[in-house]
Amino acid sequence: MLTTVREFVLVGDESGPSGDVPRIDDSRFSMAVGRKSSTLRRTWLDTFDWRLFRAGLTLELLTRRGTSELVLTGRDGELVATEFTTAGEHVQNGNGRDAAQPAGQRLRWPSLIEDLPVGPLRERLASVVGVRALLPVTKATSVRHELRALNSDEKTVAVLTVDQMNVTSPRNGQPPARLAVIPLRGYQAQATKLADLLEHSAGVAPAAQSPFEAALAAAGRRPGDYTSKIDVQLSDEMPVVLALATVLQRLFTAVEVNLSGTISDIDTEFLHDLRVAVRRTRSVLKTARSVLPASFIAGYRPEFKWLGDLTTPTRDLDVYLLGYPSMAARLVAASPHELTPFRLHLDKQRAVAHRQLTRGLRSARFKSLTSSWRHDLDQLVASPGRKPVTGPFAARRTDKKHQQVLTGGGAIGPTSPPQDLHDLRKRCKELRYLLEVFASLHDPAEQWRAVNELKSLQDCLGEFQDTEVQITELRAFATQMMAAGSAPAETLLAMGEIAAALAVRQAKARAEFAGRFAEFASPRGRARIGALAMATPAKVAL
Amino acid sequence: MRVIAAYNIKGGVGKTATAVNIAYLAAQDGYRVLLWDLDPQAAASFLFRVRPKVKGGSKALIAGKRPVDDAIKATDFDNLDLLPADFTYRHLDLHLDGERKSATRLRGLLTPLRREYDLVVLDCPPSISLLSENVLHAADLLLVPLIPTTLSVRTLDQLTDFIADFGRRRPEILAFFSMLDRRKRLHREIAEELPAKRDDVAAVAIPALSVIEQMSVYRAPVTATAPRSQAARYYRDLWIEAQSRARLPEPG
Repeated sequence: MLTTVREFVLVGDESGPSGDVPRIDDSRFSMAVGRKSSTLRRTWLDTFDWRLFRAGLTLELLTRRGTSELVLTGRDGELVATEFTTAGEHVQNGNGRDAAQPAGQRLRWPSLIEDLPVGPLRERLASVVGVRALLPVTKATSVRHELRALNSDEKTVAVLTVDQMNVTSPRNGQPPARLAVIPLRGYQAQATKLADLLEHSAGVAPAAQSPFEAALAAAGRRPGDYTSKIDVQLSDEMPVVLALATVLQRLFTAVEVNLSGTISDIDTEFLHDLRVAVRRTRSVLKTARSVLPASFIAGYRPEFKWLGDLTTPTRDLDVYLLGYPSMAARLVAASPHELTPFRLHLDKQRAVAHRQLTRGLRSARFKSLTSSWRHDLDQLVASPGRKPVTGPFAARRTDKKHQQVLTGGGAIGPTSPPQDLHDLRKRCKELRYLLEVFASLHDPAEQWRAVNELKSLQDCLGEFQDTEVQITELRAFATQMMAAGSAPAETLLAMGEIAAALAVRQAKARAEFAGRFAEFASPRGRARIGALAMATPAKVAL
Repeated sequence: MRVIAAYNIKGGVGKTATAVNIAYLAAQDGYRVLLWDLDPQAAASFLFRVRPKVKGGSKALIAGKRPVDDAIKATDFDNLDLLPADFTYRHLDLHLDGERKSATRLRGLLTPLRREYDLVVLDCPPSISLLSENVLHAADLLLVPLIPTTLSVRTLDQLTDFIADFGRRRPEILAFFSMLDRRKRLHREIAEELPAKRDDVAAVAIPALSVIEQMSVYRAPVTATAPRSQAARYYRDLWIEAQSRARLPEPG
């Protein structure tokens, strides 16, 4: 039979917080000392972009007396899965992310999902976490005291635990002590009575936060405080310079917060998010040519192009490596192990590319770019002028870009060269960024429909171009491997099979384009984007 | 899930002391244990400070109108739960008789608990009855405390003969001497001779010790209140033997 645990916080009185359980004046209950107090080290884990939190999951690593256990709980604190990770039971990877792991090492954080021991916990986490690493979000030490609530037969009916938590990371803090009333089986009714009595005692309040939320609050963090979305609030009447500078500030924050994870190579998504922020920045600078100072635009566009280009080789190799398992699994004539030299080559290339990227991100040029960029954006925000205002500007730009996509796509026929599709993909990306930058001006439902309409077309164009790039790169890799003498014949044959599979995918994407574009250019598709691109009379009047 | 029953036709031979201490030691070793106090005198329930009350009484329990699961109470010890006695258990025979497959009804009632517990210990009332037959059918091992007298040995023979008529599923018997008084020559002789002659009699014998009688004062197993006592050591030896005879796998 399920029992209900009631949790409280001991808020104390005027004299300050207290860790003492209040005295209960009720002859039905008495208190006795429970087991001796214990100390527990707690580390809560999540991905950098809070995937577990957003999925209503909490992952905690509990360490006591040399035993470590990962505990996954759901939204209401219910147990989802557990896994012991005590030394010897777990394996930890090095750089080779799917290489065989030596046993006998303690789990270290950050860790990718494949570093976790195989079992139900890993299985449950995999679909939520994806390619992101799990990293410590906050750490604390809990000292737990135990009391037993006895009935008139001196039989224990509930265990009371008092948990005094000291948060140690990312900042020190001490949330109020937590009191839990844990009924013993068959004694729920008596435990409920006791919890009711405690609830009405001075210095006791129902726990409104989970231990994780309380630890985060004590450390000065807010769950979900990072998103790759442009979460700024703009308004139609806002001066457009202020709106754009605010968006650029937000994008720059995204670059900054992803920098350390990119350099440390925690997972591939730090670089991905940094790159997206740079691309969005470049797109905003292009859009803002008519409203931001010419010298500002002329000075920064080449710098952000440099930054974007700096990130490309590593990202391209990441895409290859992320897709590698499925590529290998789809081989028909060749067997996956014949591809191993190719995998090793990719790993080597990726290591070189990442070193170059890191050098660039630590260079004087990058430091100079970031310091002047932050300063100049602050200046723009401080004196943005009054006009033009954001609403009509956003509508005009969105409409113009929408028309460019419609014209460009409409001109593509069965014999058009691939470059035409590549150019159209760029226009689509620019339109997508405009929609995202000005998202806060739109009705969320209309915004969602418009982005979805565009996304379908983008996916098709992306598949077409990505497969072409990958085929070209595959040829280059084969040439490099031949030159290095590291390409056995069976590996080259397997790579040839991959190239053929990529060509099939590209042809499929090309064949699908006409249908996808027709849908995008249909009256319904036009109306969906048009709803956001339309300048309302009120906007025009401003 | 394995079932061990502390059983004897005679009363006052140490069945309850055996059941509570074996159950406690098993729980201490990490097994998830349920002790079912089948005796309406409710001595085991008393020892664990659990009130001898089952809602709906034995009739609802035996008829399956109240799930066994609902009546279970946690004891104050980890891994050890108790299904308390109820005064209506004095009519258990009657209620069992009203059921189909009346001799194996008890085993049927335990079936839903097999995922939750590794071991069920039955503390049985002294009798030969339909309930006893149910216990014999449900148990994998019968722990039979014997007072070292000639009559007691005769009782063991009768029990062995009775079980021999069971089909393929018959419990193993592990008798042991209980309330041994080493000052008595007869006690000494029987307790020394019989285990050497019979494989179903354990070498360990539990002496009549005041610390065991004091369990009713402290209301806890002697193995919990005086774990280093001589009595606790004897019960530990008995538990090790019982664990092996019941073929209990290591706790998960």
